[in-house]
Amino acid sequence: MSELLNNLLFDYTLRTVALGAGVLGILSGALGSFAVLRKQSLLGDAVSHAALPGIALAFLLTLSKATLILILGAALAGWIGTYFIFHITRNTRIKNDSALGLILSVFFGFGLVLLTYIQKQSYSNQAGLDKFLFGQAAALLQRDVLTMIILSVLVLSLLVIFWKEFKLLSFNADYGSSLGLPVKKLDFLLTGMLVIAIVIGLQTVGVVLMSAMVVAPAAAARQWTERLGLMVILSSVFGAFAGISGALLSSSISRLPTGPTIVVCISFVVLVSVLFASGRGLVWTWLREQRNRHKIKIEAVLSDLYILAEQHGSIERSHPISVLRAMSIGHGGVDRSLGDLKEKKWVEQKPDESWVLTPLGLEEAKKLFDGKNKIL
Amino acid sequence: MSPQFEIQLIAVVVAVACALPGVFLVLRRMAMMSDAISHSILLGIVLAFFVTKDLTSPLLVLGAALTGVLTVSLVELLNRTRLVQEDTSIGLVFPLLFSIGVILISRHAGDVHLDTDAVLLGELAFAPFDRLIIFNTDIGPKSLYVMGSILLLNIIFILILYKELKLATFDKGLAAVLGFSPWIIHYGLMSLVSITAVGAFDAVGSILVVAFIIGPPVSAYLLTEKLSFMLLLSTIIGAIAAVSGYWMAHFLDTSIAGSIASMIGITFSMVYLFAPDKGLIALARHRTKQRIEFAVEMLLVHLLNHEGLPEAERECHRNHLYDHLHWEEDFIRKILKNGEKKMWLRSEGDLLYLTEKGRAMAQESMIT
Repeated sequence: MSELLNNLLFDYTLRTVALGAGVLGILSGALGSFAVLRKQSLLGDAVSHAALPGIALAFLLTLSKATLILILGAALAGWIGTYFIFHITRNTRIKNDSALGLILSVFFGFGLVLLTYIQKQSYSNQAGLDKFLFGQAAALLQRDVLTMIILSVLVLSLLVIFWKEFKLLSFNADYGSSLGLPVKKLDFLLTGMLVIAIVIGLQTVGVVLMSAMVVAPAAAARQWTERLGLMVILSSVFGAFAGISGALLSSSISRLPTGPTIVVCISFVVLVSVLFASGRGLVWTWLREQRNRHKIKIEAVLSDLYILAEQHGSIERSHPISVLRAMSIGHGGVDRSLGDLKEKKWVEQKPDESWVLTPLGLEEAKKLFDGKNKIL
Repeated sequence: MSPQFEIQLIAVVVAVACALPGVFLVLRRMAMMSDAISHSILLGIVLAFFVTKDLTSPLLVLGAALTGVLTVSLVELLNRTRLVQEDTSIGLVFPLLFSIGVILISRHAGDVHLDTDAVLLGELAFAPFDRLIIFNTDIGPKSLYVMGSILLLNIIFILILYKELKLATFDKGLAAVLGFSPWIIHYGLMSLVSITAVGAFDAVGSILVVAFIIGPPVSAYLLTEKLSFMLLLSTIIGAIAAVSGYWMAHFLDTSIAGSIASMIGITFSMVYLFAPDKGLIALARHRTKQRIEFAVEMLLVHLLNHEGLPEAERECHRNHLYDHLHWEEDFIRKILKNGEKKMWLRSEGDLLYLTEKGRAMAQESMIT
């Protein structure tokens, strides 16, 4: 552990990669929250694929591999793809999912054509363009990370400045527009910010896996809170955690690619969140259901005893378990319920093994009937 | 057969085989499921490879098809918790399965002749090199036979279950009531997509499979209202894109699959612009027509309201239309021309009058 920390602080490559992945996690986590809430989870997938021709064209036009230029090209292409998707779904009966799939794959195919074209030309410095396809965190340079940080700070400040507006846009855009907010412009801005977050990540985790960085942290964060502010912060924390731990893991185990490792880490966070999140978690829901089911069974036996007492006009008279079993056909578990009731001292067992309500149990049973039966 | 012809033939077979199940995915709003499946089958291929140690084993297809179904089931499992939305669960499941596949490949890079580039991108140009040899006779490229069988399987599945597929696609509830299990059809279709994606992945790669599956049906969707036509049109569009894409790649010396995907995109753009009823141009025309029709009717009603009354001189004056209806001069001219052509109104100087026919028309629009 201390060795790992030592490496993190002093090993240039590891420090750069971990920092890059962490920054990426924060940014995609924050913007992913909005994407997930606005039901645009798969937009990230489409944008990251659609960015490919932008990268190739930016290189073809400038013959430069500077991160900023390639990112700008990617962002532009990603944004155009997004615009096409919206345009198609608005003007035809083609559904959102088909439009996403179409744009994603066609843009990617076109990007591939450009990439193979570039490879066939003899540009001396084209090597490494395809690292955008699959991501190559280990190839991150300090100045790449610096570019990432500057862009992230820019995007996050925009998020803070327009926080109120974005919140309204995500939850009730119609109300926002009735208040006179420029909803279309805000939508444009927020989508643009998401596009930037995605293209920043392409270099680190690659086209295919970038969509997970948008969806997963936000989906995990959503389980823990109902508040947007907290969700965005949690989502960023999860994203950063996955980024850094993925980078560390892949550096300490040989032949473990960074991008996929990050995705496995964030998926683990999602799994834990879905199972154990306070309140919503599946485990808690399951336990609550079991508890309720048990409670209903106990109450059924208690009320059966009460009804028996009522029918016989006597609270002292005890009843054999077979009668109770016959009355509980369909839900069973009479023995266990009686045991629990006895522990609560609501029923007691006579020497002949038959059962009777205690005065305490009678009070409880009366509560169940809410005073509707007035005989006893 | 020359290699060139063989490549084109394989491309056409892949395109047609993909387009058929694609039609149902598009109609059932599950297009992105093809993206998810085509990525996660990587895991199935890798796992099956570990068992068989043979990249050409038919078990690989089985393994991949099972992972495809696993993907669909996982997505549905997540949906059913109602903790995440449907598209979110797709976005959660397939990157994880794909990542596990990539990690397995990298960990065992030494003994797997499978790299992620090949899976993601595919290479059609290599397809003719892998021959199928029976009794020492070369009977053609292997992938042609693999994809041909898959195409046949798709055709048989759709022919046999056509009625059921149609019903389950357009009216799930009725299908269930009539006793067809929508789940069997759903999973059958998903297995079909998985098998098709596996067959196609080494020719075109897992991302472009999506273009082959979604692209032609989406274009056909804008051209017809009939399922059978949509199936037919999708296969035609797929085949055209496959051949034209091949020649584009040939002349530009670029990736064949990428070029076919680009041609699919170009075909869609054409359809999107020029489709007879649903294209952008037809849509714009339709809107203009409706605007003019509505404006003419409004003018008729306006004239009807004021004709024969003292203010008619002023209200039914051509120049009044700008004040009253905020119509620009150009638009007024167009509307008057349209109304006169239909013999609904006539003008004397600058004053406008309804004809008999126009009055009847105006009264009718007042009622309805």
